[in-house]
Amino acid sequence: MAAQSSERATTLPIQPSPARQQKNSFVARRAIFPWLLIAPTLIVIAAIVLYPMLYSIYVSFTPFNLLRPATFAFDPADMFRNYERLLGDEVFIGAFFRTLLFMAVTVNLEYVLALGLSQLIARVTWGQSLIRTLLMIPMMFAPVLVGFQFAWFFNATVGLVNNILLSLGLLTTPKAWLVDVPSGIVSIGLASIWMNVPVTTIILLAGTLSLPSEVYEAAEVDGATAWQQFRMITLPLLQPFVLIALTVRSLDVGRAYDIVRIMTDGGPANRTEMIWTYVGEMAIQNSRFGLASAMSMVSVVVGVLFTFYLFRQLVKSRLVQ
Amino acid sequence: MMTRAVRPHGRSRQAVYNLVAFAILTLGALPAIWIIFTSFRPASEVNVTPPVWIPQRITFDSYASLFGLNPDYAAGVPVGDYMRNSILVSMLSTTASLALGTMAGYAFSRFEFRGHRMVFLLIMLSRAVPGIALSLPLFLLMRNVGLVDTVQGLAFVYVAVNTPFTIWLMDGFFRQIPRDLDEAAYIDGCSYWTAFWRVDLPLALPGMTAAAIFAFLASWNEYQLASLLTRTPNAKTFPVGLYDFTSQFTVDWRGMCAMSVLMMIPAIIFVISTQRNMVRGLTFGAIKG
Repeated sequence: MAAQSSERATTLPIQPSPARQQKNSFVARRAIFPWLLIAPTLIVIAAIVLYPMLYSIYVSFTPFNLLRPATFAFDPADMFRNYERLLGDEVFIGAFFRTLLFMAVTVNLEYVLALGLSQLIARVTWGQSLIRTLLMIPMMFAPVLVGFQFAWFFNATVGLVNNILLSLGLLTTPKAWLVDVPSGIVSIGLASIWMNVPVTTIILLAGTLSLPSEVYEAAEVDGATAWQQFRMITLPLLQPFVLIALTVRSLDVGRAYDIVRIMTDGGPANRTEMIWTYVGEMAIQNSRFGLASAMSMVSVVVGVLFTFYLFRQLVKSRLVQ
Repeated sequence: MMTRAVRPHGRSRQAVYNLVAFAILTLGALPAIWIIFTSFRPASEVNVTPPVWIPQRITFDSYASLFGLNPDYAAGVPVGDYMRNSILVSMLSTTASLALGTMAGYAFSRFEFRGHRMVFLLIMLSRAVPGIALSLPLFLLMRNVGLVDTVQGLAFVYVAVNTPFTIWLMDGFFRQIPRDLDEAAYIDGCSYWTAFWRVDLPLALPGMTAAAIFAFLASWNEYQLASLLTRTPNAKTFPVGLYDFTSQFTVDWRGMCAMSVLMMIPAIIFVISTQRNMVRGLTFGAIKG
């Protein structure tokens, strides 16, 4: 492959050999050229991400209400009012810890399930392509579709789950899955896990299949049990893939919003409220942009710290190559 | 590259592995199969106790009413408009983020310059900002420039959202192309741009396909920003349009299933046709060779 393409490279039209002056500018351009390539991206991100973030930071220190433009003014004496209010807001505190708990539980469960599944699939001897297609089916669903689909399955009056349980006689009266505690948040978690396990599994599966077989043969000669091999060889060697899977996942944290928004929208009575749904409620229904911005700043800090940690590790491992 | 051989197991043990794997994955695919079945059911089979598993009669009623072909049943959902908007927004934003992401990914993979790591990290972090935090100020910004409820406005936003991941993928793909090729091209008198355009870009085409698919599907499926930045069939996309099937008291579940199936078509085509490139793009840096 490489030999073939270098041939192609040398058959490119050859320009007249550069004079020394041109050579100097060639070196100088080496410093500028990458920036020229990156500049358009930076401009777009500045307009669509950076500007809104700066705006939000400013607004989070004002009592801005969309319906009363005068409240846009900044008052240094009272700049922390929104943040102080958040600390005293039980719904927000609840939503904050619920979000953290939800993310921690679903991400870890997804990881364990994906790890188990990838080990199982790596051992399957027939129908590999059918297996992969089955595995990828949930990836074809938009988060919105996942939300609607699970909202329907867990619906109290027409839902499939109740229909099955009632007809099997396991339930005598329909259960309001999305209304009760904790079945509401558990249903949302199930939807989220269903949506995210396949991607993680595929990355871990690719990793498992790429591990060198000699190590396992040597371990077998030494009499290592299957569990020891998994624990001492597979798991450590899979680490780079785990990191990639987690990072890809961390870029999608916000997607959980779609599911929660559609399944319960944080309700009833804030029982399944997450930071994102609460921000939406404050900003869109109550027009309280100042307070909502302060909340979203909190969610930005949490999300960015999480991704920052993972990406620093990943960039390190990629640059070492 | 050596790959791990499946170690010898007893025949019965192997059969158990195969069966368990298929059982789990079929169970996992069941919700999706249910959606597809429901879109082809007659209305009398929807939401009944006990559930009817296999449709007794296949009908295309729900699809016909989606497109207003069913005279007994007025859907009132402008599916054609949503489809047009979804396709336009996804194509526009995918083209732009592929162009931006390929250029920037090339710069990060080939050149060492001041602030290389920092800029890369910052671009990736921009993707970690939750959509809800962006959507409020973006709404005001778009309103000021008159881009609320327009296809162009939404596509522009998606470019910024999708480019970081495109850069991430393209950086990985370019690192798989030997640097010697560029050096050879420079010696032959190519400028940096010519080397990029003539030498590396053609070799990175499979990677670009994979990156384009990720970007397309991300735009196609996005809901949060679209729900705030679009209002009417002028610019509303499929995910936002799904809400049209819910009214205050009733939900047309069968119609929603039919629209879901329509919405999944690009994903089905892309995911199945490019499995290998997708996995390669995602796992770069961990597999050597």
